[in-house]
Amino acid sequence: MTSNQIAFIVMAIVALFGALGVVFFHSPIRAALALVLNFFTLGLIYFLLGAQMIGISQIMVYAGAIMVLFLFVIMMLRSDETKDKPQLGERRFLFSLLGALALGAVVFLKAILPVMGSTTLSQVPDYGRPQYIGMRLFTEYVWPFEMISILLLVGIVGSIMLAKRKF
Amino acid sequence: MLLMPNLLATITEEIPLGWFLALGFVMFALGGIGVVVRRNPVVVFMCIELMLNSVNLTFLAFTAYLPNTGLGGKTAEHAAMAGQASIIFVMAIAAAEVAVGLGIIMAIFRQRNDVDVDDMSTMRS
Repeated sequence: MTSNQIAFIVMAIVALFGALGVVFFHSPIRAALALVLNFFTLGLIYFLLGAQMIGISQIMVYAGAIMVLFLFVIMMLRSDETKDKPQLGERRFLFSLLGALALGAVVFLKAILPVMGSTTLSQVPDYGRPQYIGMRLFTEYVWPFEMISILLLVGIVGSIMLAKRKF
Repeated sequence: MLLMPNLLATITEEIPLGWFLALGFVMFALGGIGVVVRRNPVVVFMCIELMLNSVNLTFLAFTAYLPNTGLGGKTAEHAAMAGQASIIFVMAIAAAEVAVGLGIIMAIFRQRNDVDVDDMSTMRS
């Protein structure tokens, strides 16, 4: 057990506890904070994989911006906490668990098993640097990049329209 | 910065790719269970974000481990950027989706004073 493996296992356990908290906390605020924990730990796992740029944007965009939006909306909704109990004996919990197990079987057979011992060395050692991503993003990915900016603009205008409209 | 290539090399030697894929699968399955089980639409949105993030994790794991398998005759640099570009676009689309979706939830809440995905089964009010 090397130090990298221990680091990955610790981060994976923390991320899984965050994901469990999102699903099983009754209070939406607690679920949101568990999701912040999960996103932050995922950012650290991205750093472990050598992708600094993606890790920083994960922490800034997801754990920062998106979760603040979620917390604002949760606090504005003043929803009834007692109503949203995930009943474990319920039929839909059982069926979603069965679906997850079926998906797990397919993923294990078709994706995890063929690459189980695969530790192929990366051919691009500094692939996660902002310099590299910026060069690629503004040359060969410039058209999707502009499309994404238009989509974000449409999203901003649409949410302002939804917020201003009187029903 | 000088340490990073060596660090990535040791990580890809020591941690198998399957570990990252297994973590991504378990997070995706938990998100799917949450979408089915929870009733608060905001929490359902958070579970969808969880699923998007688990897919991002598998994108990045494949990017770090297998860029030399190529992408239809492209070079390893192309393949290494393709995964990260997908992650950036997924992040942007998730942000737009959250802004619009939470706006819709707020609009529904102003109209009905209650949010419950089981009660919101019709488009008519």
